[in-house]
Amino acid sequence: MTILQSIRIAVRSLRVNMMRSMLTMLGIIIGVGAVITMVSVGAGAQARVAEQIQSLGSNLIIVLSGSSTSGGSRLGQGTQQRITMDDAFAIAREVEAVQVAAPSSRGSAQVVYGNLNWATGVQGVTPDYLEARDWPLVDGRSLTPEDLDGATKVLLLGQTTAVNLFGDSDPIGQIIRVKNVPFTVVGLLARKGQNSWGQDQDDIILIPLTTAKQKVLGASRSNPRAVGSISIKIRPDEDMVEAESQIRSLLRQRHRLQPLEDDDFFLRNLSEMLQTQEESSKVMTYLLAAIASVSLLVGGIGIMNIMLVSVTERTREIGLRMAVGARGRDILAQFLVEAVTLSLIGGLIGIALGLGGSRAISYFAEWRTVVAPQSIAVAFFFAAAIGIFFGFYPARKASRLDPIEALRYE
Amino acid sequence: MAPIIQTDGLAKDYHLGPHTVHALRAVSVDITPGDFVAVMGPSGSGKSTFMNLLGCLDRPTAGRYVLDGEDVAGLSRDALARIRSRKIGFVFQQFNLLARTSAVENVGLPLLYSGVSVRERHARARARLAAVGLAEREDHHPSQLSGGQQQRVAIARALVNDPAMVLADEPTGNLDTRTSIEILALLQRLNRAGLTIVLVTHEPDIAAYASRVLLFRDGRLRSDERTAAPEDAAAALQALPEEALA
Repeated sequence: MTILQSIRIAVRSLRVNMMRSMLTMLGIIIGVGAVITMVSVGAGAQARVAEQIQSLGSNLIIVLSGSSTSGGSRLGQGTQQRITMDDAFAIAREVEAVQVAAPSSRGSAQVVYGNLNWATGVQGVTPDYLEARDWPLVDGRSLTPEDLDGATKVLLLGQTTAVNLFGDSDPIGQIIRVKNVPFTVVGLLARKGQNSWGQDQDDIILIPLTTAKQKVLGASRSNPRAVGSISIKIRPDEDMVEAESQIRSLLRQRHRLQPLEDDDFFLRNLSEMLQTQEESSKVMTYLLAAIASVSLLVGGIGIMNIMLVSVTERTREIGLRMAVGARGRDILAQFLVEAVTLSLIGGLIGIALGLGGSRAISYFAEWRTVVAPQSIAVAFFFAAAIGIFFGFYPARKASRLDPIEALRYE
Repeated sequence: MAPIIQTDGLAKDYHLGPHTVHALRAVSVDITPGDFVAVMGPSGSGKSTFMNLLGCLDRPTAGRYVLDGEDVAGLSRDALARIRSRKIGFVFQQFNLLARTSAVENVGLPLLYSGVSVRERHARARARLAAVGLAEREDHHPSQLSGGQQQRVAIARALVNDPAMVLADEPTGNLDTRTSIEILALLQRLNRAGLTIVLVTHEPDIAAYASRVLLFRDGRLRSDERTAAPEDAAAALQALPEEALA
């Protein structure tokens, strides 16, 4: 007996009990559908985190100014501008693992173009900043070392600021006023989206660090070369932790800190934080898949239950088939194929349901969902495996019936 | 002529707890090709056990059984299934047709397990159905056929793999008198064409149509008699009173 004939016999006997077959399949349909939907939700969360890592810039370490102590009260992060652009240059020069170290200072300002104005973030940066943050331009040119040395009044425009000031028209070459200082727009930054804490990274203008200190943000009188932060990009393939500790000891040395003294700066390894977040969203995916798998398991038990009923009901048929020459393995194949057919048809419908479910979730809950082709393949494979696993016992029971007893069964 | 069935000291014991039941004790019998043998005896006589052994549905505890030149007494379950598929046709009291399955597919069922192609299966099943006079009922399901027609489908099924013998277990047990005689007429016609038939019955009226009667009692073969002039079912049918035709 060929497999094709077995499938035909199976489909026929399933059609005879249409209602029962549908109900049995429902278990598998719900199980497979739940697995695919849940995994797509988890994968969507993972994709979001991966995107955030991408938008932050990979292999990024950020150095922030430390806290100052004033009359016994510690004033918090960034209150004391202890790190300088010279620190940044020293890091770039002396720590081998560092690709670029870009110092920057941040403030905010009202920017004006024609009769439109907009409050936005102003960041004074060096030309290396865009490389450190993996931030490409979509139009115009970047900042140059000459801009930095000459403290020129040019700026790069973030997407959000561009839209608010220029709408759809081309901003390159236009003059906008930042705190009443006229700047020429020389470049338009690519969209970077929200960072991991939901802040719009495109609501910004970038200007040369020197210009920022002299014309826009001002410089501290005690330490005119101080900056707010240094963005450090570590070369790919370098050990982030090792680089971090080298940067730390270099800064401590440059700031002349005693061994027991606290750091007067903060080192933030942001990609590492996000990688932790990615790990946890991966764990969530597994958890969701595991919970959904339980319903798949229950569906499998449903198949076993119905197959056992079916074997009992069809005892005479089994006896007859044996009498006319069916061997045990023919009967085994017949019932196994029947169980697998049930679970596979259920699996296919479940895949369709899962695709619809993940669409519905992304539409109604506005969550990102991602259905990976592998998860469909795995779900299909699992449906088949469940059919085989739970169909085997009833099928073997059928194949071991004694033909004499089976023929006599009422 | 060489016997098609040859049993030598065939015995079957069943173990029920501590007790051993000797269902069949040392039965030796030869059946030649073309025999029409009726197996008779009250219930518990061993005739069902004998029939199960002849049909290769069961294995003897002791003795030899040669079917069509092949010693089948010691064969495995799978090997017995192959023997059944090639050499034996079964007809049952309950017909045992598959419900919701057409007559022609019911007849072709044994060929499903002997590796015959779909097309040949259908051709052979159709030919056998025609041979039992049901050519125009090919696509009917058992529920659309009368009892007699169902039993004829079952006989066609028993013939479809050209068996060495047909084993009929109370084939008329569920049929009225007239239909019973019709079925017997069909079996006699097939027997005259050379088919070996072993018919199990407890009714002497039915056994009278066979050319040889084996009588069992208490697990032993008590008598083995040839009937000089068995009843002719076709003639009996003619002689039936007219009102029975209705």
